[in-house]
Amino acid sequence: MNGRSRGSLVLAVAAVILFGGLSIWLQAARDSMPLATSDNETLYVTERAAGRGVFTHRLLAADLYWIRAIQYFGSRSRVARVRQTDPFEPPPSLSLETPVSFDQLYSLLDISTTLDPRFNIAYRFGAIFLAAQYPEGPGRPDLAVALLKKALITSPEKWQYWHDIGFVYYWNRHEYRQASEAFQRGADLPGAPWWLRSLAATTLVRGGDRETSRLLWRQLAETAENEDARHAANIKLMQLDAIDQIERLQPVIDAVAARTKEPVTSWRVLLNAGALRAVPRDPTGEEYRLSSGRVTVSSQSSLFPLPVEPGSSPRP
Amino acid sequence: MKTLGWIAINGFREAVRDKVMYSLVAFAVLLIVASYIVGELTAGQDVKITKDLGLSAIGIFGLFMAIFIGIGLVSKEVERRSIYSLLAKPIRRSDLVIGKYLGLVLTLVVNVAVMTAALYLVLAYLGTEESDLARQAREAPLLDPALLKAVGLMLVQLMVVTATALFFSTFSTPILSAVLTFLVYVAGFFSADLRNFDQVVDSRVVQALARGLYYMLPNLASFDVTAQVVHGLPITWRYMAVTTAYGLTYITILLVMSATIFSRRDFK
Repeated sequence: MNGRSRGSLVLAVAAVILFGGLSIWLQAARDSMPLATSDNETLYVTERAAGRGVFTHRLLAADLYWIRAIQYFGSRSRVARVRQTDPFEPPPSLSLETPVSFDQLYSLLDISTTLDPRFNIAYRFGAIFLAAQYPEGPGRPDLAVALLKKALITSPEKWQYWHDIGFVYYWNRHEYRQASEAFQRGADLPGAPWWLRSLAATTLVRGGDRETSRLLWRQLAETAENEDARHAANIKLMQLDAIDQIERLQPVIDAVAARTKEPVTSWRVLLNAGALRAVPRDPTGEEYRLSSGRVTVSSQSSLFPLPVEPGSSPRP
Repeated sequence: MKTLGWIAINGFREAVRDKVMYSLVAFAVLLIVASYIVGELTAGQDVKITKDLGLSAIGIFGLFMAIFIGIGLVSKEVERRSIYSLLAKPIRRSDLVIGKYLGLVLTLVVNVAVMTAALYLVLAYLGTEESDLARQAREAPLLDPALLKAVGLMLVQLMVVTATALFFSTFSTPILSAVLTFLVYVAGFFSADLRNFDQVVDSRVVQALARGLYYMLPNLASFDVTAQVVHGLPITWRYMAVTTAYGLTYITILLVMSATIFSRRDFK
């Protein structure tokens, strides 16, 4: 290699490094100034167009929409949770920012399941997404039931969809008669487990009861078809355990407050009074929070916020 | 027969020389990278999605091969003027067309076989990492032999597309042949709609025309059984046999027309 060609090589390498660095810098600069986005940016096409547009690759397109739905749901619920736990965030009625929207979630799940009408996980997991209360999800149990009923058109033999419909009626809508009917219809199908029939009876008689809720979540965890669904069910079971623990702790705190004639503001007061031997922790190991004499789970805990139990709230 | 074999083998060698096999490397890389990524994104659906992606990729790679090599089978010989030395040999023109076709089919078979083997390998790897829960929830076996049914019919579909590309290339330019083949490919997926035209159109003439087109165009959608395979649904051997026979019949018609046109073509 002579001096001239070596020089041009060095110049080329230098140029690549220089422009490479410039490109990275520009990339980072652009990332720090995101453009305003709209939910309408998500491609929404009709069922027919979705099927026609991808020729023979319908399953692959369904997978892509499913991945998009997971990402959409995950990112939206994360932002909503962060806002909910932000101590400086004003209540929604005073906030200048609009609430986090989940508007496109059903559309994405609908397209995915239209392209692949037997996409079992998209129906079952998608229904959990849709029914989850804000900030975890859009709080649309009606759409969750619609999605599961769509699944039954293609796979009427699957008792799992009736089980999930019953679950949504029970946990999210607190409509125990409909929940019981759905469990019963699932139980009538060949291959359905024996406990679905007893669940139908229990739901009707003891709707809203915490033990029934626990039974329901335990069975959902046991019949879950992926780790994430099982994890979500286990979280709900731990939340129910936390509610049990809080109900046992609260009378102890109230008793100390009554004895000292002032509200208990820290765990130390209870430890010094000998009412507790250690700072209580929720089932995940996170310390409970004591605020104005009331016990709640910490906002740092994966159990936050605790669910509204079916039996403890008025029926919609 | 010997001549046909000789032309086919040479066609295969030419495809290897043209670095067609590089597509296999691209396929393997795509599949391995995708299987790593989808595992993180899909809530336990990595096996299903890898099967979907693998089968789709085999179809797409095969389609590109079928169209772009298919249209060049004859036109390249004309362009390079090697057609004159070929025609000077004691070879029938029809043998040349059919031999070239068989060469490309051999290339497709080898490519599809290697891609299928790669898909099974990736699935076997995913199996080692699969949780008990995911294993129980799967609708079809991990290394499902039924995947071969989907791949087999896909291969017949690609053979139909190759024959179509070859047919168009016997009388038109390479670009026009590619466009026409692609249009037939698209129409082939919608041909079932033509059958049901009488439900949306009142005119008897249009209905008859649509019905005629339905039988004239290749029904490519019937070769697609990936949804059934991925969801563990049954595909009968009778369906396989009838669909394969349909494909082979269609190919025969196209080859006869291609050979006839090529035999009458004037290369002066």
